[in-house]
Amino acid sequence: MTDHINPRNEELHQRFEAVWGKLPGWGTLAAVNHTTIGVRFMVTGMAFFLFGGLLAMLMRTQLALPGQDIIGPEVYNQLFTMHGTVMMFLFAIPVLEGLAMYLVPKMLGSRDLVFPRISSLGYYCYLFGGLIIVFSLALGIAPSSGWFMYTPLTDATYSPGRGPDFWLLGITFVEISAISAGVELVVSILRSRASGMSLGKMPIFCWYILGMSLMIIFGFPPLVLASILLELERAAGMVFFSVAGGGDPLLWQHLFWMFGHPEVYILFLPAAGIVSTLIPVFAGRPLVGYRWIVLSIILMGFISFGLWVHHMFTVGIPQLAQAFFSVASMLVAVPTAIQLFAWLATLWTGRVVYNLPMLWIFGFLVVFVCGGLTGVMLALVPFNWQVHDTHFVVAHMHYVLVGGMLFPLIAGFYYWLPHFSGRMPSERFGRWGFWLTFGGFNLTFLLMHLTGLLGMPRRIYTYEAGLGWDWLNLLSSVGGFVMAMGVAMLIVDFALHFRFGRRAGENPWHADTLEWATTMPASSYNFVSLPDIRSRHPLWDDPQLPHSIAAGEHGLADIDHIRRETWGTDAVTGEVREILHLPSNSWLPLQAALLIALLCISLLLRIYPLALFATIAALLILLRWSWHNGAHPRAAPVTGNEPAAPSLHSRTCDGPGLWGMVVTLMANGTLYASLLFGWFYLWTAAPQWSVPEEGPIALWPLLASGLLLSTAALPYRSALAELRMGGDRRLQSRLWTAAGLGLGHVALLLWVLLGASLAPQTLAHDAVLCVMLIYLLLHSGLAVILTALQALRVRCGYVGRKLPYEPVVLWPFWLYTLGVFWLGFVAFILLPMAWGDA
Amino acid sequence: MVIIPLLMAGCAGPFSTLDPAGPSASAVAGLWWGMFAAATAVLLAVVGLWLYAAGRTQRELNRKELNSELPNSERLDGERLSREKFSDEQAVRIHRRWIIGGGLILPVTAIVLLLTFGIPVGHNMLPLPVKEEVLRIDVTGHQWWWQVNYPDGGVELRDELHIPAGVAVDLYLTSADVVHSFWVPRLGGKLDMLPGRTNILRLRADEPGTYRGQCAEFCGLHHAHMQFTVTAHSAADFAAWLAEARTDD
Repeated sequence: MTDHINPRNEELHQRFEAVWGKLPGWGTLAAVNHTTIGVRFMVTGMAFFLFGGLLAMLMRTQLALPGQDIIGPEVYNQLFTMHGTVMMFLFAIPVLEGLAMYLVPKMLGSRDLVFPRISSLGYYCYLFGGLIIVFSLALGIAPSSGWFMYTPLTDATYSPGRGPDFWLLGITFVEISAISAGVELVVSILRSRASGMSLGKMPIFCWYILGMSLMIIFGFPPLVLASILLELERAAGMVFFSVAGGGDPLLWQHLFWMFGHPEVYILFLPAAGIVSTLIPVFAGRPLVGYRWIVLSIILMGFISFGLWVHHMFTVGIPQLAQAFFSVASMLVAVPTAIQLFAWLATLWTGRVVYNLPMLWIFGFLVVFVCGGLTGVMLALVPFNWQVHDTHFVVAHMHYVLVGGMLFPLIAGFYYWLPHFSGRMPSERFGRWGFWLTFGGFNLTFLLMHLTGLLGMPRRIYTYEAGLGWDWLNLLSSVGGFVMAMGVAMLIVDFALHFRFGRRAGENPWHADTLEWATTMPASSYNFVSLPDIRSRHPLWDDPQLPHSIAAGEHGLADIDHIRRETWGTDAVTGEVREILHLPSNSWLPLQAALLIALLCISLLLRIYPLALFATIAALLILLRWSWHNGAHPRAAPVTGNEPAAPSLHSRTCDGPGLWGMVVTLMANGTLYASLLFGWFYLWTAAPQWSVPEEGPIALWPLLASGLLLSTAALPYRSALAELRMGGDRRLQSRLWTAAGLGLGHVALLLWVLLGASLAPQTLAHDAVLCVMLIYLLLHSGLAVILTALQALRVRCGYVGRKLPYEPVVLWPFWLYTLGVFWLGFVAFILLPMAWGDA
Repeated sequence: MVIIPLLMAGCAGPFSTLDPAGPSASAVAGLWWGMFAAATAVLLAVVGLWLYAAGRTQRELNRKELNSELPNSERLDGERLSREKFSDEQAVRIHRRWIIGGGLILPVTAIVLLLTFGIPVGHNMLPLPVKEEVLRIDVTGHQWWWQVNYPDGGVELRDELHIPAGVAVDLYLTSADVVHSFWVPRLGGKLDMLPGRTNILRLRADEPGTYRGQCAEFCGLHHAHMQFTVTAHSAADFAAWLAEARTDD
């Protein structure tokens, strides 16, 4: 292990390790540290990658010759569905999240991410959700309608088995982890950088991750909503996507692709971030066009949300709409090309070193550019009408995904391998792995473009001989085996390097970013002292920085208080604002994830009493989690000598919790906006939309409950004003009043729901209203419970004059609940009344 | 070099979009070849630039380039250059043309060209109103067969269509169950068949002959076998066929 620790400050490091380290033995399951969790995500992700690859090999074996029946359609349809599902949801997103979680705090000069227990929860949700989905294959009842699950094929009539339910419930479970990682990364990048590290001096990788995370926040909720609606349709008979009753199968397609298109850019951005990080190091010069690249990331993030219909060019959408999405899809080539030419310019003026990571980056260039070019072709509508749903698209997507995501990922693995293990990868063995993988990949997929042009559709388990597809499929299958050999070689290379790799010296690649200033492998606390950073290339400007950090010469080098601490900084300038105190090892994430898994399984089996039990138990665990915060003895109890300026964040009115709440509400709001979209879409475009003669919901009681809710917010607001002024008069009573009024509102709203003459199993109109009301109830109910919790905490002394933080964090939730109530009232009740029957 | 002759030889086939037998398919095949040529050129150029850029030993070349472009007071000395690090200002000055040229001008030009050729092609494929009356055929997708109806003639077929060659026909597409997609690659693009909706696809076969079609949207267990044939007859033969088909019912 390389370290900069010398005997003089070894004691300091040991005391840090005592506070930051994992628990021994099974206690490692309670770890919340970002390095541990990041590695878990990556290792699990790669395991799923191998599993997904195995499924592909089975498919390619079946397709190698025409008319084979090694694998019949029942199994084959499950194979291609699971291959796509596993690769997209259980490999690609988690592995990139894991890499981001591992690297971001180190690059930012911080000690951990800002919500460590949520990192752990995310991992367990991913692991359990992934195992549940994959288990369906072991039972032979995996989903078999394609990884995008189009309706009506996936509804209860045409897929009566449990397959689609595994997907809908399992993937939603896994998405908890994606969205929570997204929230955590956004807040960590904005609020916990090194002191003085302004946004403009942040490593470019962190910009990419910020972009990716914001895209996850806005991109995943439409799929979450769609999955919930389809599951309600399957399990409860509600009407959303079937034509009779006013639903529309196209609604599923819109909601799915609103997620599905940003998803692929969510995959590309971190990979491009790896490229943007490695190229300057191996060219020996700073990245050219840092600001251009930041602009490209932002542009790409925005544009990618306006492209989704290009997956639906053949459904019969009006020509003008198609033209818009066609142009937008082509325009996204602009920010892509900007990055590409910035990289070229960096190489051009640098002194390039050739090594294994650079070889993989070269592979990325060739394959990704080819994939991007076929993407622009696909954006042209008449061409799309021919090759949509053929192997041409399969070829295109593998080029951009493998080239644009997998190859940079492997480059990154090789590059950060010494950081992870302390040993260098081998050059010679690794090159064999590259060429076999690169060659095998191109053999499989380059010819596949032609296969598609010759008319072979996607998702067919066999084909006739003599159509011109025979030799193409055979060669593609051979290529698949070559690629598999290449991947096997990579695995062997990784495994062997632990034993035979040369020990890495300090900063072995002469990199510029801070992650190389930790020990290798990294300690549990990253940096024993936190430096002030004002440069984009800290290790180039000050190569002695790792030593001064390890010697404890910089900030927060004290651990007498036995708290896990890191700086809380201004979002833009990076100036220190608070000291963040972070949770230590905790079993709560594992407990919560196990209960959520129980909920998922009970919904799969349709045992509803068990589901109810699991929900309540999970809620209790989560409430306990929220109780162990702030000044609670298990978190950061008030002591005699608290730091003053800056203070601990829970003694202030700002901190990661507030930001996390707001960012989570952005995701929640996107879910609600998707519901609104669904409502207006069905109203205007569903083929047999119908409205009941009389509005099913009692108007005046609903209005009254809204007024009660609004009134309940008033005492809460005045409690907050009191806290902000530094006082705590009648704090507890105000909170109890708010909770009480809120409870009245909930009771009235529930009465409205139960008394409404809704027919959600007959009319899509009523089904959407039903979902809207339940959504409101859940939010109001949560607001009441959490406010009551706050009142209790005042009583226990964990919230008060000197501890104003938590009520501040809860306030945006109140505003959100009020907002969706009144917005819903206008959009779902008033507007249709004013418009009359559409 | 090996790929190209292989490609040319392998272009024919009963489902090949590169073996067009109608105006829609021909136009798209033309677009394809143009795009293929341009894309190949771009790919080779970018890869070539990358290899060249990564292979240059920059220090000597840049010393010449940089120093001659700068006014005397700002010229770099060997010591600074030997640090192998260039300041951001110099890089921006020299390489703004890379980023703007390659990152903005190149893609925008390519996009404009693409749309200029592509939009008219797409427009011509649409079933817009025309002077002559266009034959209407109703096709309903089922799991896993094709129901073909001739509304004027009371003719119903299964898994086959008969059309007159040389004129356009409008296919009114819908589904009785899940989403299917109607596709005859040698004649034109595909169009999805959705329950509760009717989409209209206009196709034309230049010559009499038999053309094969298949379902192009995954629709369940036997999707792979959901195929049909389109037989195009000369005008006289088609009239004869239709008369006979009517009396058969």
